Amino acid sequence: MNQSHVSNDLRPVVDEVTRRFKGRIDFWYAPRLNEIYFQGRMDLVAGFCAHLYRNWKARLVTVFADDARVGDGMFHLYYILALDAAHGFLILRVPVSPEAPEFTSLTNAIPAVNWQEREIQDLFGLKLIGHPNPRRCALHDDWPEVYPLRKDFDLRTVLPPFSGERHKFRKVEGEGVFQVPVGPVHAGIIEPGHFLFSVAGEPVLYLQLRLFYTHKGTEKLFENLPVTHGVSLAESVSGDSSFAHATAFCHAVERVAQVEAPPRARFLRSVCLELERIYNHIADIGAIATDVGFMVASAHATRLKERVLRLNEYLTGNRLLRGMACLGGVRWDWNSAQVTALARFLNELEPGFNALTELIRDSASTLDRLEKTGILTPKTARDLGVVGVAGRASGIDRDTRRDFPHAAYGQVQFTVPVFTVGDVQHRLLVREAEVIQSFAILRQLVQSLPGGSVRVVVGKLPENETALGYVEGWRGEIFHWIRTRPGNRLARCKIKDPSLQNWPAIVEAMSGNIIPDFPVINKSFNLSYSGTDR
Amino acid sequence: MFEILRKSLTIGIVTTDYPPTAGELASYARGRPEIDFKNWTDARPAVAACPTGALSFADEGYTRTATLDLGKCTFCGLCAESDPAISMTPQCELAARHPEELRTTVCYRVKEDGSHEGLLKAATGAATAASNREAIGQQLKAQIDRIFGRSLHIRQVDAGSCNGCEVEIQGLNSPVYDVERFGLHFVASPRHADLLLVTGPVTRNMELALRKTYAATPTPRLVVAVGACGCSGGVFGVNYASLGGVDRIIPVDVYIPGCPPNPYALLHGIFMAINRS
Repeated sequence: MNQSHVSNDLRPVVDEVTRRFKGRIDFWYAPRLNEIYFQGRMDLVAGFCAHLYRNWKARLVTVFADDARVGDGMFHLYYILALDAAHGFLILRVPVSPEAPEFTSLTNAIPAVNWQEREIQDLFGLKLIGHPNPRRCALHDDWPEVYPLRKDFDLRTVLPPFSGERHKFRKVEGEGVFQVPVGPVHAGIIEPGHFLFSVAGEPVLYLQLRLFYTHKGTEKLFENLPVTHGVSLAESVSGDSSFAHATAFCHAVERVAQVEAPPRARFLRSVCLELERIYNHIADIGAIATDVGFMVASAHATRLKERVLRLNEYLTGNRLLRGMACLGGVRWDWNSAQVTALARFLNELEPGFNALTELIRDSASTLDRLEKTGILTPKTARDLGVVGVAGRASGIDRDTRRDFPHAAYGQVQFTVPVFTVGDVQHRLLVREAEVIQSFAILRQLVQSLPGGSVRVVVGKLPENETALGYVEGWRGEIFHWIRTRPGNRLARCKIKDPSLQNWPAIVEAMSGNIIPDFPVINKSFNLSYSGTDR
Repeated sequence: MFEILRKSLTIGIVTTDYPPTAGELASYARGRPEIDFKNWTDARPAVAACPTGALSFADEGYTRTATLDLGKCTFCGLCAESDPAISMTPQCELAARHPEELRTTVCYRVKEDGSHEGLLKAATGAATAASNREAIGQQLKAQIDRIFGRSLHIRQVDAGSCNGCEVEIQGLNSPVYDVERFGLHFVASPRHADLLLVTGPVTRNMELALRKTYAATPTPRLVVAVGACGCSGGVFGVNYASLGGVDRIIPVDVYIPGCPPNPYALLHGIFMAINRS
C-alpha cells in the first residue's frame, strides 16, 4: 500500500479519511496523482460520502457498477467523488456479492444519483434498497428480465419485440387537472423522449420524464471492440459533443497506459473543444430565439454556426470534428495556412457574434419571454448536482477546465461565468459569456501553439487496470471510466454525460411555468438524449 | 426594427447556389473513400482499421471477396491511414435508392501469406439494383413525382441517433441552405408529411414509435434513411438494444450515407427521393 503517489492537494484528504475510516474503508491504490481508490463495505458508503460532503466539499459525480464475477467473484460498485478544490477524485469501490445482489440507495441523502442508481438496478440486476422511486429507468417497462451489462449477457442477444407493457405514470388528480402527453416523436428536429405534463389551467403542476428511448447498448458495445475502435464509438455517444466524448475516452485510455499526449496535441484538443463549444452555444442561442419566435436572431445564429462548421471541416475534415480524436493525441497536424485561417476566423466571427447578442439584448419582447422563465434555484441545482451551463446559471461555480485542467487548459487564462438567477435568460447569458471566453482561449492557444508531434504511440494496455478520463464538454463535465482486460480490450467503459445529471433539473425548472414556455426552457438546458440513454 | 433591417441588409444574401452550383467544401473535407483496386495488395490492414465494418472481406478457398459498403462508412479515413492504396475523396453526394448501390465488391486471388493479387472482378451494386428497381413500378413513381413535384412536407424522425445527423438536418433550415426555397418544409406532425426523414439506428425502444409514425403518414409517402446508422446501423450495428438500419423496420426509398451527411448530401438525397436533381 503506497500512499506516496498522491497529489499534494489531495494528501490531507486521503490522510484524514484513511485515519478516520481505518479498518473499515481502506486506501486501496493510487494509480495517478489525482485519482485515488479506496475500498470498503456497503454499509459504510453513506457515512463515507456524508463525511466527504461535509468536511471536504466533495460531490458524488457518478455511481456505477462493474461485473467482476469472473476474476474477483464479485460485482463492484464504484462511487466517484470529485474534490474540486483539491483538484482530484476519490473513488470508492464496494464489492457486492452475487449471492446477495443488492445495494443501499443514497438517493434520499444525495438526490443527484437517483437515476444512476436505478440504471444500475436495471442493467446489472442489483436490487436497490431504500430508494424512494425504484421503478425502471434505463430499460423500459416492457423489457424482459435481462441484465445487459452483466458479462454473461451477450451483446447480440435478440430480445422479443415490444410486448405492450406501458410505463405507469404517477397520477396527478384534482379538479380541472388534465394530462398532456408529448413524444417520443417530437415536433421539431430533435431527439426522442416522452414528457407527460400534468396541468391545471395553464401552469404545469408536475412534469414526468420518460427517456432512454435511444438506448443503443453503447457501454456494452465498448466491451466488444478493440480499444482503437472505441474512439469512433465515443464520437457517437452524443453527436454534438463528438470531440469532447472521444477526447474523454482517449484521456482515460492514455491514463491507463501511462502516456500523455504531446503538448501540440493537447493544444489542438483544446482548440477543437472550444470550437465545439462555440458552434453549440451559438446554435442554442439561435434555438432559444426560435422558441420565442425571434426568427431574425435565429437566422443570424444558424448562419454563424454554419461558418464554424465549415471551419471545423477545413481544420479536421469533418464538420462535427469527427475523426480528429485519437489515442495518444490527434489524428492530423495543422499547417500554417490552417492556423492562420483559424486566427483570421476568430476576428471575423467575433463581431458577428456580438451583433447577434446585441440583437437579442435590444429586443424587449424577447427578453420578456426569457426573464424569470424556468427558474432553477441554486439550492435545487446543488441538491440535484446540476453541472455545466445549467449549473453555472444557478450558482454552481464549477468548470472542469479550471478545476481539473486537461488538454491545454492549464496554459491559458480564462474566467468561468457564474450567475445565481437560474432562469432561461441567464442560461443564455452563460453561453454568451462562455463564447467570449472561448474566443479569448482560442487566441491564446493560437499564439502560443507549441511545435512538435501531435501523436504518441499508445502501446499495449496493462491488464485489469482502471482509469478515469475527464473533459469539460460544452454542456458540462464528461467522464469516461474504463477497466481494461487482456488483448487491448475493455472490460467496462462507463460514460457519464452531463445530460444524465441535468434532466431532473428540467422537471424542477418547469414547475409553475406554462406549457408554451416548455420548448424554450428545454432548449435553454439543451440536454442530449443520446448521451443520457447511451 | 431599423437596426434589424440594417444588420440583415449589411450581411446580404448568404444562401448557397447549390444546386445547380456544386457544394462548397473545404479542401480537407472527407467523403467517400476510394480504393485503387489494381494496386491493392492486402485487404487485412484496412479491414482491421475500419471501426464499422464498412470494409470487409471473406476468403473462400483461394478467392477473396472484399466489399466496401458506403452505407456503413463514416468517412473516418482510418482505412486510408493504414493502406496507401486507399485515399479519401471529398465526394459526399452518395445517396442511393437501393442499399446494393452503395456496395462495391471486388474479387482477388489469396496468396499464401494472406495478402492478395490479381484483380478478378470488380462491380458496384448499381447494376443489380437498377434491375430490381424496375419491379417497383415506374408508373407509381411517376405519379409520386407528379404529386410531390412542387412542394414537399418533411417530418424528421429520430429513431435513435446520436444527434449528429440532427445537427446537420437543423442546418437545412438555416439561411445558408434554406430548404424552403425548393418548396421543402419541415412539419410537426407525420399526418402533414409526405416524406419521413429518419435517422437511426432504430432502437428497440423506438421501433413502435417509428412504425406508428409511418402508419400516421398519409400515402403516397416517401422514406429517406439518413446517415450510416440510418442506412445500416452504422457503428452501433445490430445488438440487444439496436435493431440496425431503418429498412429493417419500414420500407426505405432513398439511403443517404455519411456520418453525419452534410447538408449538400442531405439535399441530394431528398431530391433523389422526389426525382428532382
